[in-house]
Amino acid sequence: MAETPASAPGSALAPAPALRLSGDFRHAGRPLFSGLDLPVEAGRWTCLLGPSGVGKSTILRLFADLDTGGTFDGEISASDGARVAGRVAFMAQTDLLAPWLDVMGNVTLGSRLRGERVDRARARDLIARVGLADHVEKAPARLSGGMRQRVALARVLMEDRPIVLLDEPFAALDARTRAEMQDLAFDTLKDRTVLLVTHDPAEAVRLGHRIFILAETGLSEVEAPALEPVRPVEARETMDMQVRLFRALRGEPA
Amino acid sequence: MSAGGAFPVEVTRLQRLRDAGLAAVVALLLWQAVVWVTGVPPFILPGPWRVAESLLANAGLIAENAWVTIAEVMIGLLLGAALGAATALHLMMSPLARRLVLPIMVFSQAVPVFALAPILTLWFGYGMASKIAMALLIIYFPVVSTFYDGLRRTDPGLLDLARTMGAPPSRTLLFLRLPAALPAFGSGLRLAAVYAPIGAVIGEWVGASKGLGYLMLLANGRAKTDLMFASLFVLALFAVVLYAAVSAFTRRMTRWASETTDGT
Repeated sequence: MAETPASAPGSALAPAPALRLSGDFRHAGRPLFSGLDLPVEAGRWTCLLGPSGVGKSTILRLFADLDTGGTFDGEISASDGARVAGRVAFMAQTDLLAPWLDVMGNVTLGSRLRGERVDRARARDLIARVGLADHVEKAPARLSGGMRQRVALARVLMEDRPIVLLDEPFAALDARTRAEMQDLAFDTLKDRTVLLVTHDPAEAVRLGHRIFILAETGLSEVEAPALEPVRPVEARETMDMQVRLFRALRGEPA
Repeated sequence: MSAGGAFPVEVTRLQRLRDAGLAAVVALLLWQAVVWVTGVPPFILPGPWRVAESLLANAGLIAENAWVTIAEVMIGLLLGAALGAATALHLMMSPLARRLVLPIMVFSQAVPVFALAPILTLWFGYGMASKIAMALLIIYFPVVSTFYDGLRRTDPGLLDLARTMGAPPSRTLLFLRLPAALPAFGSGLRLAAVYAPIGAVIGEWVGASKGLGYLMLLANGRAKTDLMFASLFVLALFAVVLYAAVSAFTRRMTRWASETTDGT
């Protein structure tokens, strides 16, 4: 059921741009980060790893042009020169499904919010693509946590934006479901520019073409393993990398 | 929610009905017993049997007056709910309305609505209009405040999502804020169903020529206490049925809410 040829081909999509965010951010008079310079590669997965409260989500919200409750002094740019906001799909730790809509209603929410024609056939294909073909008319309350995140992923695919911002979308799932969702997301979001915020070193190692650590002391890049993502958990270099990231997160020398 | 959930729920509902019926029978027996034991004269406290007899003997008279009260309450409820909902939506859409209307509304709540009854009677006369106005006034504020609160408290995550999807505010209101606020609107309507009969009856007490409230006053003045109790019984019955109907309607409207949380 995973490979339906009917699902939207990547070619319909405008080529995904590279992104860059540089500058300072102050919240309630105190700097959250300053002199930050984060590049996000075109069409690949960039992982931003770090503990809670250092501003990872703020960076995502800045890219998405959402309210941050602070002041940003700097620049957000895309390699093709167009605006970043408006070309972004967003997936959060909570599934953010509307409880009064069924799976179909949630996946097609964006079209209705913009007053566009609702392409139910395409939505149906995408719902099948995330493995929920038998649950199209179910209410979110009747789905498991993993299935709900699948609906959220189908909604992202339905939006069909070149840039995808992921804010710890797999953090609340159990280990097996999380691994399945990581595979599925990586597969379905191919060729898009993805920025994944996470506090899980294992997740960053599995998925990141490039891996950055954001800590109180600032941003630093850790060289990702030579293997292409999605990297097998049991590979030697994946495990070594995980240990190094964990140390780096704790501020120890790698 | 679980597969076997429907059956136990049905049983408890039956049990609840049976328990309520049992409690009512016990209360009626106690009431009759008090009347027998104390020998209190019927113009002070008639027994339930006597009230039932009066209810049957005056069925036509009571029905005629009950219809008037029921009509006043229903029209007041519909108008109040519609005006209240429209006001809440308007407050949500217009910052100017929030600045101008909200303070007035809060201030107006300091005025006891009952105190307005004589003025309403003066303005709208002894007919149904003044009672409808009274019922409307008494439910307007609860409907506005619960619905407006619900509209404001949409999950901020959903609103962020709508923003990244490029939704204009009017469509966010229609497709996200409005449905998300329906449970709150539902509790406002249930409150309104409780208050509306109170408003109509107070209006009738102040000045009317028809209605259950009017009939109660009339019966009281002529020491026909059994008729007064019979009218009161019909009024209470209507209030309970109205609440149950509105309750069933609002739960139907927001069935999803009871699946995700307990609802209100």
